[in-house]
Amino acid sequence: MAKDQTQGYRLIGTRPDRPDGLDKVTGRARYGADISAPGMLHAAVVRSPHAHAKILKIDATKALALPGVKAVITRADLPTGLTGEDWNLQENTLAGEKALYDGHAVAAVAATTKLIAQDAAKLVEVTYEVLPHVTDVDAAMAPGAPVIREGAADHSVPEGMHPNVVRYMDFGHGDMDAGFAAADLVREQSYKTEATHQGYIEPHACMAQMGADDRGEMWVCTQGHWYIRRMTSAVLGIDAAKLRVTPSEIGGGFGGKTTIFMEPLALALSQKAGGRPVKLVMSRSEVLRATGPTASASMDVKLGLKKDGTITAAQVKFRMQGGPYIGSSPVGEALSCAFACYDVPNVMHEGYEVLANRPKAAAYRAPGSPMAAFATESLLDEMCRELGLDPLKVRLKNAAKEGTKSSYGPTYNRIGLVESLEATMAHKNLLAPLGPNQGRGVASGFWFNWGGETSVSLCIGEDGTVTVSVGTPDIGGSRASIALMTAECLGIAYDKVRVNIVETGALGVNEPTHGSRATFASGLAAVEAAKQAMAEMCRRAAAEWDIDAEAVEWRDGAAHPAGPNAGKFPPLSIGEIGAKMGGTGGPISGHHEVTATTHGASFGVHVVDVEVDPETGRTTILRYLVVQDAGTAIHPAYVEGQYQGGAAQGIGWALNEEYVYGADGRLQNTVFLDYRVPVASDLPMIDTVIVEVPNPGHPYGVRGVGETGITPPLPAIANAIHAATGKRIRSLPMSPSKVLAAIKAQG
Amino acid sequence: MSRIHVTATVNGDAVEFLADPRDSLLDCLRDQLNLTGSKEGCGTGDCGACSVTVDGTLVCSCLVLGVEAQGKTIETVEGLAKGAELHPLQRKFIEHAALQCGFCTPGILVAAKALLAENPDPTETEIRFWLAGNLCRCTGYDKIIRAVQDAAAEMRGAA
Repeated sequence: MAKDQTQGYRLIGTRPDRPDGLDKVTGRARYGADISAPGMLHAAVVRSPHAHAKILKIDATKALALPGVKAVITRADLPTGLTGEDWNLQENTLAGEKALYDGHAVAAVAATTKLIAQDAAKLVEVTYEVLPHVTDVDAAMAPGAPVIREGAADHSVPEGMHPNVVRYMDFGHGDMDAGFAAADLVREQSYKTEATHQGYIEPHACMAQMGADDRGEMWVCTQGHWYIRRMTSAVLGIDAAKLRVTPSEIGGGFGGKTTIFMEPLALALSQKAGGRPVKLVMSRSEVLRATGPTASASMDVKLGLKKDGTITAAQVKFRMQGGPYIGSSPVGEALSCAFACYDVPNVMHEGYEVLANRPKAAAYRAPGSPMAAFATESLLDEMCRELGLDPLKVRLKNAAKEGTKSSYGPTYNRIGLVESLEATMAHKNLLAPLGPNQGRGVASGFWFNWGGETSVSLCIGEDGTVTVSVGTPDIGGSRASIALMTAECLGIAYDKVRVNIVETGALGVNEPTHGSRATFASGLAAVEAAKQAMAEMCRRAAAEWDIDAEAVEWRDGAAHPAGPNAGKFPPLSIGEIGAKMGGTGGPISGHHEVTATTHGASFGVHVVDVEVDPETGRTTILRYLVVQDAGTAIHPAYVEGQYQGGAAQGIGWALNEEYVYGADGRLQNTVFLDYRVPVASDLPMIDTVIVEVPNPGHPYGVRGVGETGITPPLPAIANAIHAATGKRIRSLPMSPSKVLAAIKAQG
Repeated sequence: MSRIHVTATVNGDAVEFLADPRDSLLDCLRDQLNLTGSKEGCGTGDCGACSVTVDGTLVCSCLVLGVEAQGKTIETVEGLAKGAELHPLQRKFIEHAALQCGFCTPGILVAAKALLAENPDPTETEIRFWLAGNLCRCTGYDKIIRAVQDAAAEMRGAA
């Protein structure tokens, strides 16, 4: 377990119980499906069984005739004329002229019970004309591939490309020819990664109610309820202010709950059913077929390396599909992350976004970065082997640091990759002996982190306790970290601060808990709000003492006269000031809103030891180490938890998880038995080292820790399997059958 | 389809409810008895978020029909604490930060309690294989295993 670093803080760096812990171990916490309302109806969704089909007719007569059915909606019930991403969202909520993937919603039903709604959904008759489909990214670009949507491409796409290629981008710097000419070794390889799902254990769920006056209420399991409000109001053509969205507790998101899937259906059904509340809960197979997943990728990488390990030039060409709509695949992020760990003088990125008959991709933990790392960190490892170089020393030699012009453009502020590599090289796991069929792999990873739109309010209670209202749902302990920072700032006890996640009517717009931003941005805003309240409390004390406010200072939870010249007064505590505030000027609060831009980039290094069974090809993780710069670890236990959870998801992506499509374009593995995420017996303990290089852009140095950890496992495990078997696997997942085939192959 | 009258004991309380023959025990617990602590993560017995015990046997309540509860004794996460006093597993899960989103936690707590009833001193491997039917997507299991080990040690000490 990592040693906690105190840095002179009173509370930051400690590990108190999380405030929502009791609710979550007793079953009291209310998640998306855990709420009901009087008169509530239940909904079910009719989904296309075809990957690509024209919708000729939808006949709901039989469904509506079933006793208990109160409403059926189709695309014809939704407003027309939407454009851009709003149209994409509406089209994904309910198909229009065509169903574009297996599982695409076509109609929705509300009825008095869940079973009646499910029965009624089966009675909705949809007549399809099945069209040729394509699900593979390379096949979708090839001449003759079925066209998903004519005219979907933007102006960036070079002439002559297939209509399924909808976006093109390129950027870089330096002189590629000179860079490769300066190298002692130039290598070029291609890699593929399959789509994976975020795999949150809680399926999407919501309850919605809206009458004829368009005034709506929604209870939604989401990472960001202002996004739900904006997207739902756009899709249904209603005013955002008429919708009040309350977030439930959230059973995992990992990026997949930053957008809408079926939420507008519940609201539209409610309105059509006369304003009765409607609950809509997805099944697991609906989650896998129609939400998430991440993009699949096909990638070419070319690297130039000197004999001493210096990277002279780096080039990537990535092709990614993110479903049937433009803008859903994280190709830009993938390109930007590809070489972000390194100081590369000559670098070139090219990317293509491609449409395919697959679900609309959503963000998944460090979107784009894991695929990019699989390609670039695998090739770097192969070349280190070829030149007989230590892969960690090569990473250190080329590591980006403060002042480095990043591969994607900006110049880095203070960052902690060098410190993370040094901590890795000093770790005991590198000394563990390896036996037959065992191998060690290392890889680095990067995520930008994010600030974003943030609005936080803070109120002082009459007893001196403090309430903080934030708009970022707590997925993994952010209430605890925000309470720690607020209490640290105010000089009061941790348990005197209560952090509430409040609904859309209570604050200005907040972006979701995404981009590793919640503890960074809501924490920053909470600290600024606390400083405002402190300044006001100093003014109240000054008025009571009849001295200048500048002569009062705040420390240890109380106002004190600042120095001997201010006069001699006993300190006024936050409780004493709070008790009197009604008579000294009224309620005391603080509020801060900001589009935060001072987030600090995140880097990590992973080391994995594997054993590959030569008879089955099965890979066992023997030992796993995550080293990552947190900036400052506010609550180290939850920082470790992010590192461990990210590594586990990356291990699943590397070894097991993939979307398997049949020749008919239907998803073949729509339950957890077949879409196999890591279980407890698949993993060892996951060792962590928290490196702390404070982010100068945050009052307590926070960087954000959620996302980087999913990135290095993909290449680190490929590198370890290579070390164990002598075979290089260049497509994911590295399933037993694939590894066994590589072992059995000649050469 | 007409519904069937079922009587059972849930967390020590006598209960009765009407179950559609197609309703799972999980549906009945959540929708009829308002015991929403047990969660549905998959509905196919793969994730364990709905774990409860029926007459002492650990089951996925999504794979048991509601009508099968007739005359049975059922324990859910809501029955783990004795009044205000948390079960050692519940305390240790909070102390060890063994939950992030908390959605899998009720099922894991019920499953871990069943493990410790059968084997008060499990090895790490035994815990990992016992809990292999309970998916957690957030934690990587590390802190969950440690919390179960610590709770087991405390319970052995107290015994």
